[in-house]
Amino acid sequence: MNFFHILSEIEKTDPEVFERFDSRRQVFKHLSGFGKKMTAAALPLAMGAIFNKAYGQSSSAPSVNDVLNFALKLEYLEAYFYNIGLSGDGTIGNNTTTAAQTALRAQFSTTNLSSLLKIRTDENNHVNFLRTALGNNAIAAPAVSQFDFTGGKGTNAGPFAGLFSNAALFLAVAQSLEDTGVRAYKGGAPYLASNKDILTAALNIHSVEARHASRLRTMRRGGPLNNAASGTAGAGTGASPKSWISGTDGGGASPAQTAPIYGAGSAPTYTPAGITFPAEDNVTQGATGANPGVNLQTALASLNFPAAAFSEAFDEPLDVPTVSTIARTFTITGSTLF
Amino acid sequence: MSNNLKKGGEEADFTKPLHVPIKRRSFFMYAGATAGATALLLSGCDDDEDENNIPGMVNVGSGSVGVLNYAYALEQLEAAFYTSLRTGTYYTGLAGNSAEKQILDDLYYHEVIHREFFKAALGRDAASSKIKDNLEPDFSKINFNDRTSVLGAAKSFEDLGVAAYNGAGRFIGTDNSGLNYLVAAGKIVSVEARHAAIIRDLISEGSFIDSDVVRTGENGLEISKSPSEVVAVANTFLKDGSKLNVSGLV
Repeated sequence: MNFFHILSEIEKTDPEVFERFDSRRQVFKHLSGFGKKMTAAALPLAMGAIFNKAYGQSSSAPSVNDVLNFALKLEYLEAYFYNIGLSGDGTIGNNTTTAAQTALRAQFSTTNLSSLLKIRTDENNHVNFLRTALGNNAIAAPAVSQFDFTGGKGTNAGPFAGLFSNAALFLAVAQSLEDTGVRAYKGGAPYLASNKDILTAALNIHSVEARHASRLRTMRRGGPLNNAASGTAGAGTGASPKSWISGTDGGGASPAQTAPIYGAGSAPTYTPAGITFPAEDNVTQGATGANPGVNLQTALASLNFPAAAFSEAFDEPLDVPTVSTIARTFTITGSTLF
Repeated sequence: MSNNLKKGGEEADFTKPLHVPIKRRSFFMYAGATAGATALLLSGCDDDEDENNIPGMVNVGSGSVGVLNYAYALEQLEAAFYTSLRTGTYYTGLAGNSAEKQILDDLYYHEVIHREFFKAALGRDAASSKIKDNLEPDFSKINFNDRTSVLGAAKSFEDLGVAAYNGAGRFIGTDNSGLNYLVAAGKIVSVEARHAAIIRDLISEGSFIDSDVVRTGENGLEISKSPSEVVAVANTFLKDGSKLNVSGLV
């Protein structure tokens, strides 16, 4: 296979071929993570990926860097949220506690506050980890003023107004952010599969977000002041969630705003065949592109399990454009972050 | 040109192939030949004749199917555990409307559904390579009448499941069906993580991301485990003849 001869031939008929590979003209830059230790088995795939990028459908699949930067934006969203609520001025690494933060902290039981601070630490660490992984390719840290966690688009008077002084509302928004994060990482995984180390790292963040979501749901069930939150059974709705997503959870913490977090996405044209973005109440699993999925609730009807169990047993992925739309709920008008 | 190459750093490494085509061309030739030879070797090699196969062990195989078999084995183990749990006096003594009963019921439903999902998916896509459906668990070390013993085992299984899925993602193929399997595994692993968190909280409130499962002080990443690390634990809960061989997943 004379790859470079092929390239030069293509260049004769398509002078912009390198531009198509990568708009920044750094032809092999987006292969950075595995460029040096590319194995024989990975080569044909890598070449296929390059040509897909050059001549694929109009909107190309996100590169490894694209996915990591998107994850970084979401981690900023989460980290700033916990920072503003619990400690510091919102930015990473600032730990001065304000009077407002002290007042919010006092509304949580000792164990629940401790859990929230652990989650905050994780999210700040995720930002730092992704920044390190991306190196010079990492986006600049957004200004805290880019976000309005009340959902007010910069008025700070949106539907979640008061979230940083109301513990129950704080937990509700936290759950919304974590559940979104789980779906976003799941949707991004296929575009990281070419780089095994980065894929593994992303999976290792993904499951931590799910642990966070589970804990926040438990705390919401029991209430901010309940130190044994796991002693309360869930109804599986937005107001009293189980520790996992049951159906579409009644639209989540605040259905008018949070229903899209549990709803269906829509597959961009670059989505690999078979991968879909159904709502969280989906019970059809196992599509591969060549095969359609199977309705497990129907196929396993003989088990006589509750209907909800078939959707609870699987979380669903969400596509980048839909996650961006959800994330924009928490950014100001005019922000181009998402 | 040679000056360009000397500037060092990543940029030089990435552009180098364009400037030194001869060596790389020969590398491509070797790459092609190796890939072909590997394919021939694999196609001529039946699982049962694999010299890495240890007699009496269940070889999950390699590649995407290997990962599916591996996940299927772990889900068989988890489902069997929650099925056995329901016969013990700890579970039968729980109040019908208690949170603990609801949680354990849900976990039983979810894990049985996971098991049946893999059974169906493997039966459809790789029937001849599917491991047996009746792996025999060994739960002799678990006292199903004792809350501490049961929840401790549940914690082990759920944490192990998350670490196993995360660690096995890299062995799934990158062809289209592989990417679909990757998403399917992702749909399950986050539910396992939700399970692990609540089970940990049942044992000790607030221990959902303790440092034995998440690198909390470092980068906030879950600690994943390689298949060989996972089976070292999982095999202690499987009888002889049902113990797993994951030598194909390296």
